[in-house]
Amino acid sequence: MIYAGLDVGSRTIKLVTFDATIRDSRVIETGVNPMRRCRELLSEKKYERLVVTGYGRHLVAPVLQGEIVSEIKAFAIGSRYLFPECYSVIDIGGQDSKVILLSDKGEVRKFEMNDRCAAGTGKFLEIMANTLEVNIAGIGNLALSASKIIQINSLCTVFAESEVVSLIAKGEEPGAIALALHEAIATRIVTMVRRVGIKEKIVFAGGASLNRCLQKLLEQKLGVGLIIPDSPQTVGALGAALLAKSGKFGS
Amino acid sequence: MANENVQMWKELGMDLKPHETLMNALGPIFQEIYLSQKNRPQGMGFYDFVVGDIHGIRVKELREHAKNGGKVVATYCVFVPEEIVWAAGGIPVGLCAGAQFSVPLAESVLPRNTCALIKSSFGFKLGRICPYVQASHLIVGETTCDGKKKMFEILNQYQSVYVMEVPNKKTERSRQLWLGEVVAFKDVIEKLTGNKVTGENLRQAIDMVNDRRRALQRLYNLRKVKPVPISGKDALLVTQVSFYDDAKRDTQMINALCDELDKRVAAGQGIAPANAPRILVSGSPMAIPNWKLHHIIESAGAVVVCEESCTGTRFFSDLVEPGPGGLDEQLKAVANRYMNIHCACFTPNEERLDDIVRLAKEYQADGVVHYNLQFCHTYATEAAQVEKRLEKEGIPLLRIETDYSDEDTGQLKNRIEAFLEMIKP
Repeated sequence: MIYAGLDVGSRTIKLVTFDATIRDSRVIETGVNPMRRCRELLSEKKYERLVVTGYGRHLVAPVLQGEIVSEIKAFAIGSRYLFPECYSVIDIGGQDSKVILLSDKGEVRKFEMNDRCAAGTGKFLEIMANTLEVNIAGIGNLALSASKIIQINSLCTVFAESEVVSLIAKGEEPGAIALALHEAIATRIVTMVRRVGIKEKIVFAGGASLNRCLQKLLEQKLGVGLIIPDSPQTVGALGAALLAKSGKFGS
Repeated sequence: MANENVQMWKELGMDLKPHETLMNALGPIFQEIYLSQKNRPQGMGFYDFVVGDIHGIRVKELREHAKNGGKVVATYCVFVPEEIVWAAGGIPVGLCAGAQFSVPLAESVLPRNTCALIKSSFGFKLGRICPYVQASHLIVGETTCDGKKKMFEILNQYQSVYVMEVPNKKTERSRQLWLGEVVAFKDVIEKLTGNKVTGENLRQAIDMVNDRRRALQRLYNLRKVKPVPISGKDALLVTQVSFYDDAKRDTQMINALCDELDKRVAAGQGIAPANAPRILVSGSPMAIPNWKLHHIIESAGAVVVCEESCTGTRFFSDLVEPGPGGLDEQLKAVANRYMNIHCACFTPNEERLDDIVRLAKEYQADGVVHYNLQFCHTYATEAAQVEKRLEKEGIPLLRIETDYSDEDTGQLKNRIEAFLEMIKP
């Protein structure tokens, strides 16, 4: 029997189908009509049960007759399945970043999420990439090319952008600016990690884990290696699919 | 009726256009958050009526009082001893400061990184959109935080403000200072009203306010029951309305509601399933119409069973214990009671940590949500100690920092749902 997990994120929608193993795994852009995107993604798919997570969960689940689970739980379940030895998850998504500590049984023991603003999220990087005239995929490599270290003091997306603009006006090298931005995010994430009290091994998931510079900086600051899943964006959808199979949903 | 209100608002010098926008916005919000709840106690009908005419009937009563020579005293904080105002024949009203609507207005004067409660209250005066402020003869502020303290100086340029000094420690010297403040406040109120505060009328006022506190205690005790007979949103509304309604009527209404809840409890009827997670909310006050957090928590299938806050237990959990003596003794009794409020403006404030742990147990809470208005530094900093203490006690905690706007609803839902999944019994 097939079970489906859908993660309706702010930037991308992820689908994983599962029976005894992962059958299919997809990532598409969310766009302006996530409901239609989800329908397209699920058309011609046959499944026993659907669990929905992500920002669009309350929009999509009632229409598609799915159950609801929070991303925190979905990421915890997905990570533990992929890496039975993992005790912590760092997830940096489009709209938020979270750090999750797991119990022996794989339940969520503690978690931290960024506050109301976009600081320290994929969105922050995307806006800054735009200012530096690279795309989201390129900003990590640009940062790795830096020949010197400078500092960005502001983590507020709005203020950081003006800080970046003034650094550009001062003639600073784009690579160094990009590095400083990564540095700022990594510092922020590490603060959250300290609050939760992270335990090895640590999975780094979410779209931002594709960024090699961020990965490197986090590893340096934490002093440990991070496990990056092969498909880091679909860990939440996988968790949702696993919950669909187990029949244990959210609240 | 509606026209009569408009005429009254005009006479109060209000800015009618934005006020109309505010009033039109409140209806649908109240419908969505309150009236859509199922299985509500009938006793909530009074509160629905009060909110339905929130700037009408009560303001009219205050105006009648003023026409007969009475005075209206507006306050923002549970530290202002209302007994003294009642004793001198005045009417105290706790002003609402819980609406996002007036925040942008305030930001034209106050720094943006000021807490929403301060901005909201200031914006109401600046924009002339609150009839309660307009109808009051004196605003009484206090020194419970730096933001308020400085805001009151500016507010005083628009309307008369008197500020009471709340000390920051609970030493004997601080208690003496506070007693002096209470006596000075009595003098201010006597001058304003032209009436003397006596041992006798103060004693009567103490009894009246204590009665309302007992009624609220009764309501909150009913929330300790499993399954809980009333939603957290409804209980919060009762407390919020108590800040500005007539104390005697309010006591009657709360007791009538409790009579009904007694029957529910006897029949084992709950507002939520018996296995719904029970949440204790602790932290910054929620002034009317701030129902944001309760709404998110209860929409996610949990139920709020208690508020450790100024719009909760800190408002009524201690009674004034009047002695047999005259005015001096009654004033001392009043001062003592207010110094027992465990506000984060005090250092140290260990008693609040004890309260949270005790309340979590008494109310059979499955978890605590620490609610912190953004830029409210005292509560935000104290939260670190709350966290440590609850960890030691094995009580799950979620820390929320937010304001009155809706921008972060998605993130809050996310966190709260994850927290509920974590603590679900």
